[in-house]
Amino acid sequence: MNKVLNLSLAGITTLGLTFSASADEYITLASTTSTENSGLFDSILPKFEDATGIEVRVVAVGTGQAFELARRGDADSLLVHDTAGERRFVDEGYATARADVMYNDFVVIGPENDPARVAEAQSAAGAFAAIASAEAPFTSRGDDSGTHRAELRLWQNAGVEPDGDWYRELGSGMGPTLNTAAAMDAYVMSDRATWVAFGNRQNLTLVFEGDEVLFNQYGSLLLSAEKHPHLKHELAEQWHNWLLSDDGQQAVADFRVDGQQLFFPNGK
Amino acid sequence: MENNAFYVAISLLLDVDAALFSIVALSMQVSLLAVLVAALLGFPLGAAVALWRFPGRGGVIVTLNALMGLPPVVAGLTVYLLLSRAGPLGELGLLFTPGAMVIAQVILVLPILAALSRQKVEELLGEYQEQFISLGMSRARMMPTLLWDARFALLTILLAGFGRASAEVGAVMMVGGNIEGVTRVMTTSIVLETGKGNLPLALGLGIVLLALVMLVNAGAYLVGELARRRTG
Amino acid sequence: MTSLNTNMLPLSAPSNTPTLNFEEVAFCGQERTLLAPSSFTLASVGPTLVMGPNGAGKSLLLRLAHGLLTPSRGRVIWSDGERPRQAMVFQQPVMLRRSAVANVIHALAVNKVPHRSRSRRALDALERFGLATCAHTPARLLSGGQQQRLALARAWALSPRVLFLDEPTSALDPAAIKAVEAAVQEFHCQGTRIVMTTHDIHQARRLAGDVLFLSGGHVREHTPADTFFDHPASREAQAFIAGELIE
Repeated sequence: MNKVLNLSLAGITTLGLTFSASADEYITLASTTSTENSGLFDSILPKFEDATGIEVRVVAVGTGQAFELARRGDADSLLVHDTAGERRFVDEGYATARADVMYNDFVVIGPENDPARVAEAQSAAGAFAAIASAEAPFTSRGDDSGTHRAELRLWQNAGVEPDGDWYRELGSGMGPTLNTAAAMDAYVMSDRATWVAFGNRQNLTLVFEGDEVLFNQYGSLLLSAEKHPHLKHELAEQWHNWLLSDDGQQAVADFRVDGQQLFFPNGK
Repeated sequence: MENNAFYVAISLLLDVDAALFSIVALSMQVSLLAVLVAALLGFPLGAAVALWRFPGRGGVIVTLNALMGLPPVVAGLTVYLLLSRAGPLGELGLLFTPGAMVIAQVILVLPILAALSRQKVEELLGEYQEQFISLGMSRARMMPTLLWDARFALLTILLAGFGRASAEVGAVMMVGGNIEGVTRVMTTSIVLETGKGNLPLALGLGIVLLALVMLVNAGAYLVGELARRRTG
Repeated sequence: MTSLNTNMLPLSAPSNTPTLNFEEVAFCGQERTLLAPSSFTLASVGPTLVMGPNGAGKSLLLRLAHGLLTPSRGRVIWSDGERPRQAMVFQQPVMLRRSAVANVIHALAVNKVPHRSRSRRALDALERFGLATCAHTPARLLSGGQQQRLALARAWALSPRVLFLDEPTSALDPAAIKAVEAAVQEFHCQGTRIVMTTHDIHQARRLAGDVLFLSGGHVREHTPADTFFDHPASREAQAFIAGELIE
């Protein structure tokens, strides 16, 4: 009995040590699964930590949930990709500043045989219209993420109300949605970063890219000290400023997957 | 070859890197601590429900049994709302820490330990009750004796609790945030790698997790079997 | 109420042996009366053997006397007004899942015997009942006879003033029965009041000082053993001793 007790005490002690090991200077960054899944943070965060000594703890969720985390005061900083939503967030007073950081673009992914002939489309609107008129299977994130919101705008541009058996709303992150599309031979819209880093393509290939409306802007937000005075605003501001600095912008540009640049800095 | 999950699992085990080790260690620490805390609360609770008759006892038993099936993500959401800065316990700053994950897992494991130990203790009580009353024992005094005599069954119940804690992902994802190096555990890593489309790696991690859980179970089985043989 | 033949009971119980009084004690089950209102006094030296056919209410009477059950009516009264220290040995010994000596120590701990004297008292008791060599054997791995002796040792360690035994030998072989009976005698010689049920007439003849005879939930007679075996008064007792099948 005593042995059991000693053992559990030892367990608690070890645990305590681990829990407090990395607790000095850090911020919690709410960001999107697309940035996390691409591996961008693994590449740029060590550079930031080297420069400032500040650890960035990334909680990767959908853009909708990221806004909610920030609204409730659970994140010190936000890096998301829904410019309209970000502006609204500033207007509502939850953030005091917003800046463009970088962009990548959305691409349309589909089965290699391309039954809806999306590859022949002249514009993103044309590509989406082709999928709808062929009623070819399409998997949508359906999770109120930045990518999902962008996809819904594109259907609107194409003048299509996506509805019917061919349109599948998954309520999943980017990766799981791609996994499902691969299993179903469906079309899917993805951010380029997640697609390039994605390992389970099966029959999927990139069928459409390059239209300006597929532009995917990432923004960094400084949260309101008034709404949430307990947040680490000073550290968060250092992170925000570093992202926009020459060093930060260079770090974004230097991130490569298979030699391919995935994010293009446009901070200002 | 690199696409074979077993190959990946074996190379993960043979070539343990620091990142994987810290993930495995955190998984074990969080789940073991959660099970320990849940046992300290749940076993006396289960024994108390077995020992005392009180109004609403049936309701308590039904609730405990039902909570054994509590969806992890509901537990996670509840703990998130409690620990969020906007929530009642936000001041503690526990959100996105291993402590939050322990709390969520305690909530998941506690009903299992309480409900199953209630059943076992009640069974033993049926066998022992007359002897206990004959010895002049109060209900409160019966509790430690019954729990100790149920120890082999309780060990199995602990393992069931540990299995639930170490296997769940919904709750730890939500309250831990899957932060690399801080709150990333085996199950959230598996979700992440699946999201990246690294299916062999995800499955490989799954096999490593399974191997660890089997190791814990085998250890407990051996200890239990040895003790059982010694004490009958 | 049942009328009793209580003639000629030896009156000379040692002064320290508690007297047990049943005052109109009755016990009702869910649908029927299991023990009709009964009054008797156990004041003689005993041992008192409670006899009767199966289902007569022997075990029930023991449990009411020991306080495991509360009477539906009437009162169980002890001589000094206070419930004396007592123990009970069951038909199936109830052993905790731990060693023989730990079972005795547990009983001592429950009865608030100081920590340092527990081990010694427990081992003394085991030795007295021939269990010294299996003190550290898991109690539930002992044979039926050993377990019953362990139950007696556990009772012994508590130095009870009253010992109830409910068919303690019904599942045992002759050698084990002999050991249990010797143990009962030993308790008796120490001045412990013995109240024991049995359905074995030969055992009753060997042990009984007085006999309490029940049938059909009624106490039919309470007499010295010799009187009971030689001149049973009630028809039920006559039939029982003659070996007839009665209800």
